[in-house]
Amino acid sequence: MIGQPVNRVDGPLKVSGRATYAYEYWDAGQPLYGCIVGATIGKGRITRIHTENAERAQGVRMVMTHQNVPVQGVRDESVQFEYWRAQPVLTGPDIHYHGEPVALVVAATFEQARAAADLLDVEYTVGRGRFAFAADDDEAYIPKVVNAGLPTDTAVGDFEAGFRAAAVRVDQRYTTPYEFSMPMEPHACLVEPRGEDLVVHVSSQIVDAAQTSVAATLRMAPERIHIVTPFVGGGFGSKLGVHAETILAALAARVLGQPVKVALTRQQIFQLVGMRPTSSQRVRLAAGRDGKLTAIAHDVTMHTNPDLEFAEQTAATTRSLYAAPHRLTSHRLTPLDLPRGADVRAPGEAPGLLAVESAVDELAHALGMDPIEVRIRNEPTVDPERDVPYSDRHLVDCLRDGARRFGWEHRPATPASLREGRWLVGYGMSAAIRGHFQGPTAVQVRLEADGTGVVRTDMTDIGTGTYTILTQVVADGLGLPADRVRVELGRSGLPTSWGSGGSWGAANSCAAAARACAALREKVLVAACGDADSPLHGRDPAGAHFGDGSVRIDGAEGASQALGEIVARHHPEGMEAQGEIRFMGDDPNYSDYSIHTYGAHFAEVGVDADTAEIRLRRMLGVFSVGRVLNPKTARSQLIGGMIWGAGAALEEEAVVDSRSGAFVNRDLAQYLVPVHADVPDVEAVILDGYDDKANLLGAKGVGELGICGAGAAVANAVFNATGLRVRDFPITIEKLLPGLPDVDA
Amino acid sequence: MSEPDTGGGERQAGAAPLSAVELRVNDQVRRLELDPRTSLLDALREHLRLSGTKKGCDHGQCGACTVLVNGRRINSCLTLAVMHEGDEVVTIEGLGAPDDLHPMQRAFVECDGFQCGYCTPGQICSAVGMLAEVRAGSPSHATAEVASSRISLTDEEIRERMSGNICRCAAYPNIVAAIRGIAEGGAA
Ligand code: FES
Ligand code: FES
Repeated sequence: MIGQPVNRVDGPLKVSGRATYAYEYWDAGQPLYGCIVGATIGKGRITRIHTENAERAQGVRMVMTHQNVPVQGVRDESVQFEYWRAQPVLTGPDIHYHGEPVALVVAATFEQARAAADLLDVEYTVGRGRFAFAADDDEAYIPKVVNAGLPTDTAVGDFEAGFRAAAVRVDQRYTTPYEFSMPMEPHACLVEPRGEDLVVHVSSQIVDAAQTSVAATLRMAPERIHIVTPFVGGGFGSKLGVHAETILAALAARVLGQPVKVALTRQQIFQLVGMRPTSSQRVRLAAGRDGKLTAIAHDVTMHTNPDLEFAEQTAATTRSLYAAPHRLTSHRLTPLDLPRGADVRAPGEAPGLLAVESAVDELAHALGMDPIEVRIRNEPTVDPERDVPYSDRHLVDCLRDGARRFGWEHRPATPASLREGRWLVGYGMSAAIRGHFQGPTAVQVRLEADGTGVVRTDMTDIGTGTYTILTQVVADGLGLPADRVRVELGRSGLPTSWGSGGSWGAANSCAAAARACAALREKVLVAACGDADSPLHGRDPAGAHFGDGSVRIDGAEGASQALGEIVARHHPEGMEAQGEIRFMGDDPNYSDYSIHTYGAHFAEVGVDADTAEIRLRRMLGVFSVGRVLNPKTARSQLIGGMIWGAGAALEEEAVVDSRSGAFVNRDLAQYLVPVHADVPDVEAVILDGYDDKANLLGAKGVGELGICGAGAAVANAVFNATGLRVRDFPITIEKLLPGLPDVDA
Repeated sequence: MSEPDTGGGERQAGAAPLSAVELRVNDQVRRLELDPRTSLLDALREHLRLSGTKKGCDHGQCGACTVLVNGRRINSCLTLAVMHEGDEVVTIEGLGAPDDLHPMQRAFVECDGFQCGYCTPGQICSAVGMLAEVRAGSPSHATAEVASSRISLTDEEIRERMSGNICRCAAYPNIVAAIRGIAEGGAA
């Protein structure tokens, strides 16, 4: 079943509206409703909160502010990852960013809570906030490490000398805006007190992180917190950790002794879950006339919240992408009084490749060379900064295959030279690269006495297809039909995983499941072959084959027994085994090899010759991701990523009011994400593969690769169509209109 | 469930009067006593506990809350429940059940027209309503011949007409494939 385009096993529940998300549980009866009230200033101090009117309002049960909030744990930086740390709220009168929660209003109905929230009267003294980002800010500083623990700066050779000496140089600055994950399911939490314990239904990507973080914040033992998150309506990084809605719902439920639920409004999502930092990226490339790079530098400055440092690893994959003897990368942070920077789908590569892969296109243009050829000429033989071999690098295969499928030979060689009716037409392409991560994950596989296989792990399915691929892996691993395999996910108490994020979920959980199956097969064989009453008695387990719910030894000549029968005889309560995958830092393959996924993006755009309206016409991605577990769900994720990347190139941008620190376009009518009408034919092709260094399945992640470089392919197509290079993303009409060329129809 | 639902917990003395409304939801008569500020969306989700209809923005900007009212698709977050006295409401639960899916639901599964599934009930209700609009000859921005009563359902037509339903997982190409398949098969 592995490798088959199996339909999602949770599909029927989802399409019929029966999949239950965090805010939708009724098993504890009627919950109370909480509404968060946010600060209306960007920096300063609460001088007074008048809660009386809100408290007296109909149905109101509680108004929680910094004056009456229970004591909470403090955020402990000695805990390795942010998402496992305490996330206290309503910590005092100081306001650190616009929209920071100042109160939770809890009432019997949603309408009452919302109306009472409006009655809260908060007085502030407004402080001087820093809200405007400038790349050359004097306060920019050097973080100790960047996201994922990667080094802040790297240097190889002598960049300045190498850059000066080169025949052809590109030295450009690219800027990317604040961007938000914006999952369609708002961040939501329903907390039910059960004795001393709290049952926390929360939309979360990592169960273990949610449990640890809620426990640390409420100063409770982690085992008293029961996380439930079987369905997550998209996360894209923004649900790796828990946010104010979860902590406030938990605090209120505990104080009131009743279930309480809180969801962020769409507007609050722009304030309370963090965003991709805005960035200014200087990219310098130097090459000989032969197109061979001699020097690469990628220097990034971005915003950070002063208290909650986040340094996106924007230049990190530039370190592994192309060969060149002289290299530099750096990351700098400018503190601003804005919400925290955070992981947003493909942190690092999404903004980083937008810049670097635009710059490579600029270099190709300066050289007068095909951009694919430039990339092929700079294909490294080993990772150029780590000096270790690549585990399984097929970038050139992706480039060549994509060029052929897309019809790259029809690309107008001269920019702004092809017109079809109203439209200036252009082709663009880009390379894709994304680091592959492995994190500690345990999966338990059970065989029940009725012959059913059960897979249990606290892994989540955030739309990624986890239920489906685990079904496939375990159906193969135990020789069961898919409908005899049940997958239980998204609950604390199940074996601990690293959850969904960083594109690691599928490889981690499926590799651990495969290990568990191997261990369970072993147990089954020991039981059956040692059982005098089994037809398998005394046979050599080395010749065993698991299939159709049975185990057969020695082929047609031999004997077989149904798995259910073996289990029923020996362990009527069920037989189980656990499989584990360790942290990449403890796996020598991850230090001995450079392990990535790769791809090539191709885009065709039309730009209206009079209005500069930009229309994406088609997109193709060709990807190398090791072994594909399910081509149907993998393709969907890749296509989704490509569209995300196109949105980053042409649409997405959150704008800060530099006087108040508020995001002015904080809703889905003004913060534009791709909609149906923006999306033409998009195709993703996955090359056959197997990365034997990644894990025993040979599989790597796909969830973010589709984004990596996709926006640059679109941007390069806009350049090819118009001859105009926009380096301030997103590329919008007003940036093209003044320079729009005259091209004869 | 013929008992009126008073909607969420106990009420305080002096509470504002509730409004009675009778809806026909998925072929069942449902009588509710509601705070008049209750949206149709919240009436469905929080009072009738039909949480298949999703809240993505509560502002008419995402389409997650799309249901069919008297056969037409609407954003249920943008209308108050009490405005729908006697109306026929079909939600995703009424279109089909896991073991008895509507053809459009089945097509979404087959074409992988979703990932996280949160926008999906809205996409499906919207798709069903949209095909009815096309059959009724109602033109769109993408219609070449607005005067003609026969609209050819190109991919552009589908995309234009479905653009009120945002999918952040960006399952768009697969959604279009699912709808095209149903439109060609004529099953919805
Ligand atoms: S919830 Fe109604 S349109 Fe978004
Ligand atoms: S399936 Fe996730 S938003 Fe559409």
